[in-house]
Amino acid sequence: MIRVFLPTPLQTLAGTGREVQLEIEGPVTQAAILDALEARYPPLRGTMRDHVTHQRRPFVRFFACQQDVSHDQPDTPLPPEVVSGKEPFMVIGAMAGG
Amino acid sequence: MTGVRLLVGTRKGAFILTSDGKRERWNVNGPHFMGWETMHLKASPADPNRIYAAPSISWFGQQIHRSNDGGKTWEPVNNQFTYDGDTGTHQWYDGTPKPWEFKRVWHVEPSLTDPDTAYAGVEDAALFKTTDGGQSWQELPGLRRHGSGPRWQPGAGGLCLHTIIQDPSNADRMYIAISAAGAFRTEDGGKSWQAINQGLRSEGIPDPNAEVGHCVHHVAMHPARPNTLYMQKHWDVMRSDNGGDLWHEISGNLPTDFGFAIDVHAHEPETIFVVPIKSDSEHVVPDGKLRVYRSRSGGNEWEALTNGLPQSDVYHNVLRDAMSVDSLDECGVYFGTSGGQVYASNDAGDTWSAIARDLPAVLSVEAQTLA
Repeated sequence: MIRVFLPTPLQTLAGTGREVQLEIEGPVTQAAILDALEARYPPLRGTMRDHVTHQRRPFVRFFACQQDVSHDQPDTPLPPEVVSGKEPFMVIGAMAGG
Repeated sequence: MTGVRLLVGTRKGAFILTSDGKRERWNVNGPHFMGWETMHLKASPADPNRIYAAPSISWFGQQIHRSNDGGKTWEPVNNQFTYDGDTGTHQWYDGTPKPWEFKRVWHVEPSLTDPDTAYAGVEDAALFKTTDGGQSWQELPGLRRHGSGPRWQPGAGGLCLHTIIQDPSNADRMYIAISAAGAFRTEDGGKSWQAINQGLRSEGIPDPNAEVGHCVHHVAMHPARPNTLYMQKHWDVMRSDNGGDLWHEISGNLPTDFGFAIDVHAHEPETIFVVPIKSDSEHVVPDGKLRVYRSRSGGNEWEALTNGLPQSDVYHNVLRDAMSVDSLDECGVYFGTSGGQVYASNDAGDTWSAIARDLPAVLSVEAQTLA
């Protein structure tokens, strides 16, 4: 079971709390998690990545085991701690301001 | 019960203000979509409880929400706006070609007759349509493929399609406006479009017959006079009496002919309202005075409306979609400011009062008359 933490605006859109839990068959990757998230919560489509190109939105970041994995290839396997559910996969709205 | 519902879009969400037919006391409900910049929301003329809203936020992009109960509750619907086929290019600020790229929705215009049909004007400029209540959006690509498309250039606010007007006497006829391409008309339901910018004069465009390039800020039409259009251009207030084929200036005695908002009295097609704004660099009302100007002669002769509006130390703007009228017997007029105030007049502009004072910066105001 994969644990995913969502930022507050996406919790509101999806109608969830901070943590959602997903079952994923096959390799657990960034792309697989986003596919599963969007399938279960259609309002999240287009909020984290482009509808068509699947390019990550500039101010959205992904963290796993305290590491920023935003720039990893979407099909890169995530750490075993995320796969086992010990650690969450975190979707974060980047700190942006000035 | 007769009343008015004001749909107010702001930098940080939407608010719904309601009143009975007297329009003296107002309830403020909101914020809806807190933290999401809500450029525009508008109700269906065919079903007053159906409202479409277009909140967006830079982190997570565009959303479209729909209400079926007059704004009490909302549900997200489809937010995918994908251009049809080859995107092609428009001009960037430096004149180089730039591929069309969806940025956000500026304006949502529900159909006059079908609650499930609505139009969305977006940046980069294009017109989208839904016929299933927002479950899917399809581009009407004939507009973007108008021969002049590669020459369209963004205004300072972006290449935005901000105005959509449907002709109630002809379902195939529609007007739209784009900053800074100009105004366009379709006679075939959006399949093909004609640029309607003749008569416009703009500093920086030496060709008096330029097909496109004018910075049209907003256009208004009275539903009983679909051939008469009023335009607030970047500079100049303009009028056309032939569906946009030719425009002439009606700025007359306005203290400045720059501005954004323009609207028409619900029962008097020759009575129009504007809010003059000082210069294209300052973007505040002139002389620190908040004044709506009204012409009862279809333009050229304007009177300042000040009763109830602050006449000192005001430095706000009133944006293009932030003025609206209701259709009660005594026409109500409403506008919102960049300072977060919403002002209302229940007597066609003779007197005004602030019905909300400390909202986030107001981006849009739509008055909905409830039977």
